[in-house]
Amino acid sequence: MALQDLVAPQQSYNYAFLDEGSKKEIRRSLLKAVAVPGYQVPFGSRELPIGRGWGTGGLQITLSLIGKGDIIKVIDQGTDAGVNAVNIRRLIERTTPDVTTTLETAEATVIQTRHRIPEEKLRADQTLVFQVPLPEPLRLVERSENQTRRMHADKNYSRMWVALYEEVVKHGLIARSTSYPVLVNGRYIMATSPIPRWDIDKLHQSDHLSLFGAGREKRLYAVPPRTEVIPLAFEDYPFTVENFNGMGCVRCGSTNTYLDEIVTDDGQKIFMCSDTAWCDGRVARQSKESV
Amino acid sequence: MSIELEATTRDQSLEVETPLLVVENLFKRYGKGCAHCLELTGPEQDTNHCRNCGALIACAEVNFEIYPGEVLGVVGESGSGKTTVLRCLYKDMEPTSGRAFLQAFDNGQTDIFQTNSQQTRYLQDFLMGMVRQNPAMGLRLHITAGGNIAERLLAADWRKVSEIRERSSGLLDRMEVPIKRMDDYPAFFSGGMQQRVQIAKALANQPVLILLDEMTTGLDVSVQAGVIDLVKEVQRESGVAIIVVSHDLGVIRLLSERTLVMKNGRIVESGLTDQIMEDPQHAYTQLLVSSTNY
Repeated sequence: MALQDLVAPQQSYNYAFLDEGSKKEIRRSLLKAVAVPGYQVPFGSRELPIGRGWGTGGLQITLSLIGKGDIIKVIDQGTDAGVNAVNIRRLIERTTPDVTTTLETAEATVIQTRHRIPEEKLRADQTLVFQVPLPEPLRLVERSENQTRRMHADKNYSRMWVALYEEVVKHGLIARSTSYPVLVNGRYIMATSPIPRWDIDKLHQSDHLSLFGAGREKRLYAVPPRTEVIPLAFEDYPFTVENFNGMGCVRCGSTNTYLDEIVTDDGQKIFMCSDTAWCDGRVARQSKESV
Repeated sequence: MSIELEATTRDQSLEVETPLLVVENLFKRYGKGCAHCLELTGPEQDTNHCRNCGALIACAEVNFEIYPGEVLGVVGESGSGKTTVLRCLYKDMEPTSGRAFLQAFDNGQTDIFQTNSQQTRYLQDFLMGMVRQNPAMGLRLHITAGGNIAERLLAADWRKVSEIRERSSGLLDRMEVPIKRMDDYPAFFSGGMQQRVQIAKALANQPVLILLDEMTTGLDVSVQAGVIDLVKEVQRESGVAIIVVSHDLGVIRLLSERTLVMKNGRIVESGLTDQIMEDPQHAYTQLLVSSTNY
């Protein structure tokens, strides 16, 4: 098989890989998720040519939504060049001939992501699709699925609060770095996928629609635009975001973005923007200005 | 640190006349049952099993009431239905039939056996507290002692860690649990200390009724005496009503003013504790009293 064959459109599969019935069912579940913000809607997760737990939930949402004229951006840990992101983008390209892909956040109509929300503020005409590994925020305090559903139904979140209280007692602060629990629309506690605390404020009263898909766990949920998303915190231990102690990105110098810590060969720690597209854009703008 | 437990009783003139809790015809059956279950079980038959259908009658025809600030004892042998009555009241299990009205819940107008899950949570978190025989059932052993009490307070929308810790430490201090053990796990506590943490947890939201299920069973005599003294003091300070279940007549005699005697799922005798101890009427009660050394 030649290299060209590997990137050629796959005619043998339906448009966007999934059959139309599956896509319709996923869209119906998404409608319910949007109608009840933060509520986990069960759905029949389909088999995809990538492993469960590698973004199948997010991918199924993306495939069920995209159509002619859409522009897709896929990021993994903030970068467009991650192996997972590249493979997912390639699958979308090969099964949807009239959909284009991009690396630019501003150009995209649908952005599929894992671990990050782009630094650039998203617009109302953009949809953010999250790949979620563990959709149940109460899983750490209750193993039984039956019980966690009951707890959500009764809005019985005291055990989640106790877990946060215990973190304060042990560590002097709420130590969760990712998947920080939030209260959506004053009703459901929701897992924020493994995004850092830095990104949580971007979900609150956002212009864009956020859709969350967990393929392995077979759950979808959503945060519609202009929805209240409040991180759980105590009055005397308020919610805080990551602190980089004034460090900036070694490429673009940014000090107001989420930074990845990199240990160099000589043991030094350097920081770089996690959102590579944002960093590239900033570097390009800086070089243009200097010329 | 020490805190005064606030009295949970309300209008005294109302409480003298209005029972805090009224239980009517509480009936719990395991198995399908038949038309002869009631007549084929009970103290006269000396069995809880219906020989016609094989059903187990855990309790039947249980009627009683408790007044604000009162301590009611329930005594009986193992399998007499004491704990079943308590668990039905705390909504741990659904009774087969019967009604119960708690004055503090909807002004005594709603049957607490018919509540939905949210109302049940309200009953369990705010109006009632339960101390179980097995601390592992009443405490979360992998959560700190302070965290166990905090769970109740957080359910009542307390959102300040400093206030939660102040309240928790005050309750633990009152229960004579060393404050320095507040952030330790109850799994590493002694049995008596676990029971005292349970009582502190039950008192956290100032309930109107506390249910004590064999709380001293398994404790040595000196620890038993300490826990009983503590319960008496707390009851006197807070005025909370208590139903104390025990198979130990000594515990009942020390704690309760009025007592129900149960056998084979039925109440066979009720009255003032002293009266029952001094002048037992039912044959079983006479046997029970004569078997004790009090």
